[in-house]
Amino acid sequence: MPVESGRDSRVPTQIDTSMSVDVSAQDETQHPQSSGIVERLVRDDSDRKRFLKVVGASGAASFGAFVLAACGSSSKSSTASTAATSAGASNTSSTSTTGDIGILNYALTLEYLESEFYRKVLAANLFSGKVGALLKSFAQQEQSHVVALKAAVAKLGGTPVVKPASKFPIESAKQVANLAYTVENLGAAAYLGQAAHIQSPEVLASALAIHSVEARHAATLGTLVEKSITPDGAFAKPAEMSTVLTAVKPFLA
Amino acid sequence: MSDANSVNPEPAAIEVDGMSRASFLLRGVLATGAVYGASAVAPFVSHAFAQAPTGASGTSSSGDAEILNFALTLEYLEAAFYQKKAAEVGLSGQAKIYAKQFGEQEAAHVAALTAAIKALGGTPVKEPKFVFPATDQASFLALASVLENTGVGAYNGAAPSLQSKQVLAEAGGIVQVEARHAAAIDLLIGKSPTPNGGFDRPLSKSQVLATAGPLIKE
Repeated sequence: MPVESGRDSRVPTQIDTSMSVDVSAQDETQHPQSSGIVERLVRDDSDRKRFLKVVGASGAASFGAFVLAACGSSSKSSTASTAATSAGASNTSSTSTTGDIGILNYALTLEYLESEFYRKVLAANLFSGKVGALLKSFAQQEQSHVVALKAAVAKLGGTPVVKPASKFPIESAKQVANLAYTVENLGAAAYLGQAAHIQSPEVLASALAIHSVEARHAATLGTLVEKSITPDGAFAKPAEMSTVLTAVKPFLA
Repeated sequence: MSDANSVNPEPAAIEVDGMSRASFLLRGVLATGAVYGASAVAPFVSHAFAQAPTGASGTSSSGDAEILNFALTLEYLEAAFYQKKAAEVGLSGQAKIYAKQFGEQEAAHVAALTAAIKALGGTPVKEPKFVFPATDQASFLALASVLENTGVGAYNGAAPSLQSKQVLAEAGGIVQVEARHAAAIDLLIGKSPTPNGGFDRPLSKSQVLATAGPLIKE
């Protein structure tokens, strides 16, 4: 359906399901080895290195410390752990940033960002009707993810990472919906990227339960902004932690 | 925490408008007995949905192969549904577009799972014959919603039992796509794209069988 710009009172109150969605040939013709949507969205690697220097270690449960310490556990992040060492992350608590606790804290960080994004979107009052109701339900769901992940970290004896300060551009309904599409696809890829690293079957079951909901969100936003509901084709692509953290960097205040 | 547009949050009890009364009743019968036994259904089905070996009786790869064969059966089912049943029913508009796209993706899942099972030293199940109780676009889409949402639950239910992390990663890549399909279909028919709210529910094999079993013929 067309997402009108600005606070337009003529924003459709019904999802126009009769409109043909751009399920572009991108899905079918994509080479299976090509990068997933997340990789295509991430800016160049120089941003990541600058980001890691800026964030710095500031305590056991801070997002910055988490980024520096936890990145080192992911296979494609040898550069990140080097940066972590040089930035002096020695005061971080290992139980908050490694293993399943580390993964849950990583997920919690992303959910904090998603939840805050939707909160701001709703506060801007850009959507109404069925679309507005959908986004409100997504906001509630992301917040429920925050609650669940905090509890999961605590249950494992870890310290939940604190909510990071964030900033999101909220300019128009169309821009916001497109940003939501990006964020949800990123979230789904992030969960998928961690599945194989999770040790506990219970934690894995929880992660999978959230992962598929993020995918549902992404597909929904796809129908709203006329972009592919399966941008990676038949097989969703995982995103590594370093890639995801680079991608969310613009949203950290 | 109910969704604004949530219709029925219980996946195992989703009503399917248009499903024939006979198959609806059959599904109800199958769902009520936990120990009705695989013997009540075709031997193929019981094999396809056999529990993974527990304890030391099976190697990790044979357990994974059993789980993947369970998934393969469901993928065969979805591929046949979108690629054959859809043509029989005759679809139009977005439904037709989705059926084509999803059918191709389910077929790719069939190919990937078949290869994965062979790589584990297992024997992929052969494609079953199916019967789908759908007579028009509305009943087709209602059944599509059930199948896709059941698929999500099936993968989420089975995945934690997988021994191989590589196989798990593959399964994860597939279930994410099934969830995308489910959301798209649900939106198309005016349902909530998140019927389970914030957390998709894992389904047990007997729950999956309750829904998918009646569709599988020998």
